[in-house]
Amino acid sequence: MSALVSVRDLCVRFRTMGPLKALATGTNAPFIDAVCSVSFEIHKGETLALVGESGSGKSTVARTMIGLQRAVSGSISFDGQELTDLSAVERKPYLRRMAMTFQDPIGSLSPRLTVRSILTEPFRIHGLKDRDLGAEATRLLRMVGLPADFVGRYPHQLSGGQARRVSVARALALNPDLIIADEPTAGLDVSVQGEVLNLLTRLQDELGIAILIITHNLNVVRHITDRMAIMYLGRFIEVGTTQSIFHQPSHPYTEALLAANPEPDPDAVLNRIELKGEVPSVMYRPSGCEFHTRCRYAQDRICGRVAPPSSVSLQDPEHSFRCHFPLSSKSLTC
Amino acid sequence: MWIYLLKRVFLAVAITVIAVTLVFMMIHAVPGDPAVALLGPRATPEMIAHLHREMGLDKPLAVQIVIFFEGLLQGNLGFDVLSQRPVADIIFEQLPYTIELIFVSILWAVAIAVPLGCYSAMRRNSVIDQIVAIMAVATIAIPSFVMAVYALLIFAVTLHWLPAVGAGQGFLDGLVHLILPAFAVGIGWVGYISRLVRASMMEILGENHVRMARSFGISEWRIVLHYALPLAILPTVTILGVGIAWLLSSAVFIEVVFARPGIGALIVQAVNTRNYAVVIGAVLVTTVVTVLATTASDLIAASLDPRTREKL
Amino acid sequence: MASLEALRGETGPELAPGSFRKTVRQLRKNRLGVLGAALVAIVFASAIFAPIIITHDPTRIMVGPRLADPSLLFLLGTDQLGRDTFSRVMMGGRVPLLVAFASLGSSLAAGLVLGLIAGFGPRWLDNLLLLLFDTIRSFPGIIFALAIIGLLGPSLASMIFVIAITSMPIYARVVRTQTEALRNSEYIAAERTLGAGTMRILAVHVLPNVIGPLLILVSMDVPAVIAVEAGLSFLGLGVRPPTPDWGAILNDGYNYIQQTPWLVVGGGIPIVLATLGFTFLGEALRDMFDPKLRKDL
Repeated sequence: MSALVSVRDLCVRFRTMGPLKALATGTNAPFIDAVCSVSFEIHKGETLALVGESGSGKSTVARTMIGLQRAVSGSISFDGQELTDLSAVERKPYLRRMAMTFQDPIGSLSPRLTVRSILTEPFRIHGLKDRDLGAEATRLLRMVGLPADFVGRYPHQLSGGQARRVSVARALALNPDLIIADEPTAGLDVSVQGEVLNLLTRLQDELGIAILIITHNLNVVRHITDRMAIMYLGRFIEVGTTQSIFHQPSHPYTEALLAANPEPDPDAVLNRIELKGEVPSVMYRPSGCEFHTRCRYAQDRICGRVAPPSSVSLQDPEHSFRCHFPLSSKSLTC
Repeated sequence: MWIYLLKRVFLAVAITVIAVTLVFMMIHAVPGDPAVALLGPRATPEMIAHLHREMGLDKPLAVQIVIFFEGLLQGNLGFDVLSQRPVADIIFEQLPYTIELIFVSILWAVAIAVPLGCYSAMRRNSVIDQIVAIMAVATIAIPSFVMAVYALLIFAVTLHWLPAVGAGQGFLDGLVHLILPAFAVGIGWVGYISRLVRASMMEILGENHVRMARSFGISEWRIVLHYALPLAILPTVTILGVGIAWLLSSAVFIEVVFARPGIGALIVQAVNTRNYAVVIGAVLVTTVVTVLATTASDLIAASLDPRTREKL
Repeated sequence: MASLEALRGETGPELAPGSFRKTVRQLRKNRLGVLGAALVAIVFASAIFAPIIITHDPTRIMVGPRLADPSLLFLLGTDQLGRDTFSRVMMGGRVPLLVAFASLGSSLAAGLVLGLIAGFGPRWLDNLLLLLFDTIRSFPGIIFALAIIGLLGPSLASMIFVIAITSMPIYARVVRTQTEALRNSEYIAAERTLGAGTMRILAVHVLPNVIGPLLILVSMDVPAVIAVEAGLSFLGLGVRPPTPDWGAILNDGYNYIQQTPWLVVGGGIPIVLATLGFTFLGEALRDMFDPKLRKDL
């Protein structure tokens, strides 16, 4: 199976101050590394989840893939085409084939446009004027399970769940191969969250779309994704099939995340693992393994000094992680 | 903090330089020879050439600007050919009159407006508050020179209570001559400041620490005067810095109406006689005053408000 | 008394007055708005229908009575040249209205374009434009206007030009601030991911959100422009005589203030009514559509 999207060693940087201020305050690195050499692939029709705390860089990965942010280095190839060095005009045809939905369901819809205008924007942007725009709007609304008379509504007249459906409908407008869903359940009631997730999985089954989900909600990940990647301070610390990671997490951070996740089973034994301390700032990254300041297994002689290399699980060659003392000791350092 | 300060000062200098350059460029973009305008139609070519040399008009524009800035660094604002005196002398002779007028106007306006604003905030929506509200909008809207002409008509021409024109001789007479002009300049500010004080006072009276004081049984007047007023007055202080441009503008009209000496009257006269040296000097001085005032008020506001201070 | 105040504090200052008082307050505001609208309507009507209303040719110099008191023949008396003041006042509103709309219209357009560029363009261009706006703003308004008019020579065009230039930076700054806020909003990002170009984003998604507050701001500047126009004409730097103009009539009245009060009344009252009318209307519009819009920006 060939990869639809292939990201290699992606790095993204943000400036924290102007060059003049950096000079005046003597800062020699006036930027932060939001994403540090991240690599992954998404195959056709597959669902991948990026998981991590706020500020871990998962949204930045998504925004860079779709061109809202520039990469400092690394490559993003979509269906074999390198995207990072394309101009805005050259990128436009590829934006037809990938679409993104944003965290804020209502805030990501233009407030002065009707649902009809919002849904037909993609056609107008890409110059598809020969289509019957009214019919397209109703078709898209039907696909996401909204009544056709919603075309006349404005974003502020929609509930969070309805607005989320509209943004999914907009993403579907041009039959994309990939949908990037940034926190698809944020700001929604639990029952509505379920509806939206069911909608996404149903559409994926019907249309064969690949989905990249960015979330910190592990229940979402468990129920609808094939593979997952856990991010910490802009790096992938563990990647693998959802099943394998939930079954046997290798990184202590993953273990803590999974333990913090509320179990649907009321009889399950709760044994939470509390992470000590706060998330370190990406401006002052810890030395060695960047998780060692909060890790309960950390050993000073190595974890604080040497960055752990990427290792592969013995049972599952698709499952890799970065830790000196993985929880499942049956692993192999490469 | 120092970076912010430096930035502001740099900005102020940059604005002044750009302003002067703009005025220079405009003078030279305009058709017509200032020397011809000065000398009249019967001037001989020799006279015009001589005046050109004297005014420095025979050199290229860029050179003229550089010469002007060089002089500026030595406190030289140029030379007025018409009266054969340095421009700086003329301007600084007139400036005190304008400053006096502005100062007295703002003084009485603040003295009236602050109590009025406090009262309005304490008795919200009372009859007096509503009257003050309407009066405030009205006095802000009515142009100061219309106010001045009517004040002149009523108090000087009809009732003969107050002198009509001039700046007066000596301190007391000067003060009497200031009454009508200061009224016309200040009346709009009474409305503006009273609204400002009322708004910030109401905001502060709703805050927790004031409610706390109230729950201790401290009297309302004491709360207003001791706890709220020092905070409520801040927006007024900062707005006065920005308002200096507005004050200078109304001073122009008021000085003309009451035939007072001052920088405004000077500019109007210089514009009418096409005396460009004086116009440039006056625009420069007033611009510098305005830039200094706004920069100062920005810095004061920034140092008083912890939210802006953090961004420095 | 004290306990009542404490109670008000509990519910917050704005909720304190009862619903009856609140209604009264809104009515007062609306009444002022209605008054403003009525005044504005009168000003417009008299300017438009002036040629029908006037009783004499406003520019014809008559040999008859000079500086006459009001009579049935001359409703507001005559000026120093024997011209009918009432007719001059009626016609005199045309210039201020023309100046207000021409100058504010062009400064609105310029402010919109420059503000959009500053708010959406590259950082260096933003800084450059901000410097330009701040430079123009730091000229003391009238003095700058006097300097330019002194250079260009007094005329309708130079008046419009000066007012347009000096009011532009405020609009540009408002547009810039709003645009910059929108620039980082999620729906603009969403549009970008659909492949929309900058021009399309500005026209379809930014402009409709910026234009409303801007129009209110402009409407609130109309009285100030009328005042400036009248002031420049008062100083003899507005339209050339014999064109009738309120400020010029007021200046005639000022010159002959010892002889007759009627010219001052005829020139000044329309200025007062027009500025008050536009102010009340502007405030009412702001309160109705955008109560949060800051007064001083």
